[in-house]
Amino acid sequence: MRRINLSKITQNIKEMCIEANYGLTSDMDNALKKSIDTEKSPLGKQILNQLQDNLKIAKEDMIPICQDTGMAVIFLEIGQDVYFEGGSLEDAINEGVRQGYIEGYLRKSVVKDPLIRENTKDNTPAVIHYEIKPGDKVKITVAPKGFGSENMSRIFMLKPADGIEGVKNAILTAVKDAGPNACPPMVVGVGIGGTFEKCALMAKKALTRPVDQHSDIPYVKEMEEELLQKINHTGIGPGGLGGTTTALAVNIDTYPTHIAGLPVAINICCHVNRHTVRVI
Amino acid sequence: MEKHVKAPLTDEVAKSLKAGDYVYITGTIYTARDAAHQRINQALDQNQPLPIDMAHNIIYYMGPSPAREGRPIGSAGPTTASRMDKYAPRLLDLGLKGMIGKGKRSDTVKDAIVRNNAVYFAAVGGAGALLSKSIIASEVVAYDDLGTEAIRKLEVENFPVIVVVDSDGNNLYETAVQEYSSCFCNK
Repeated sequence: MRRINLSKITQNIKEMCIEANYGLTSDMDNALKKSIDTEKSPLGKQILNQLQDNLKIAKEDMIPICQDTGMAVIFLEIGQDVYFEGGSLEDAINEGVRQGYIEGYLRKSVVKDPLIRENTKDNTPAVIHYEIKPGDKVKITVAPKGFGSENMSRIFMLKPADGIEGVKNAILTAVKDAGPNACPPMVVGVGIGGTFEKCALMAKKALTRPVDQHSDIPYVKEMEEELLQKINHTGIGPGGLGGTTTALAVNIDTYPTHIAGLPVAINICCHVNRHTVRVI
Repeated sequence: MEKHVKAPLTDEVAKSLKAGDYVYITGTIYTARDAAHQRINQALDQNQPLPIDMAHNIIYYMGPSPAREGRPIGSAGPTTASRMDKYAPRLLDLGLKGMIGKGKRSDTVKDAIVRNNAVYFAAVGGAGALLSKSIIASEVVAYDDLGTEAIRKLEVENFPVIVVVDSDGNNLYETAVQEYSSCFCNK
């Protein structure tokens, strides 16, 4: 058994909230840079160049890439041989978010109650997903999620008879409906199978997969490639102002499902697809 | 076409702006997003004075991240405009000339834009660090308790926007997307 003091969790989460909001992962960086060469619209190209300037300013001047610094979504893969000491794990995580959002000059965008809507003023609580894995390590992923794109995300409870074409249509429908609202070029996270909540969680987690990595399952990889091409033919383009760069990647994850169902969730993320990973 | 305009906007200037124009705004604009719009709407329902005058002004749908010491503002990009669609026609009828946001507007808003010779601009979503560079001063003028959602008076210099809906009812989101939707061109 390995003992981990929770102060270590707090410290890491704090640093990761800040890190994620000031810079993208190298795969996102590269995909955005590459898109400038392939974009056909002059205005689209201009916007993609502005996104490069934006990333540079964010890094050099320490200004968050986007003012919507998100609701903190945190994935925790906990080795089953780990013992946390020093209090409650959930409190330690939220303390990290609180410190990160305050000390990192990040926007406080969380309201305590969805209908009463009073701001919690420290961006807590986070949305936390725990998984228990073999081993004695803890893998932390911090993925601050902005709501311009979150609001355009969808779940479709399809019928088995709808098949692969039904799934493709659902994804294209979600992307077309999102259009300029989701701050394209987007990253499209998709979960197929499982149950209502499982496919939504898969879609969210799929957004944290590097945009230059495809699914290991051959037919899923094919679907990712085909959909990316189709999405980039919708004409939506950078900023939704027309062009050929509407998405940078379609990341699909699948899971076994029930004989009666075919759930599909589409979690859309803007070009500020933030996530940072640490293993402790 | 590239244009430089002063804010507040005169009727003539608002009318001269056309969908697709790339516009640099210099002058005074105000921020308001969901919660501030709700309060403005309540004030109007109760015949109370508004914290800001609508006539000829531009509202920027934006809630900034906190400013670091010595800086006017933090990251400051646009939020999704459609969430303000419920309130916008009423403000346009009171003389509001311009709105800056991102994303689609309803037909009701489009009609109110045409009816009032107003304009809907898009700023580049997710470019909050870049856009903050065109904001030279920021001051909370109402609803301070709303934090990032308070109404701010901004002094902007060459703030870059694109005309999406103009006073003739043209909509760049529709026309530009059509232009590229059949583009299967591969070099």
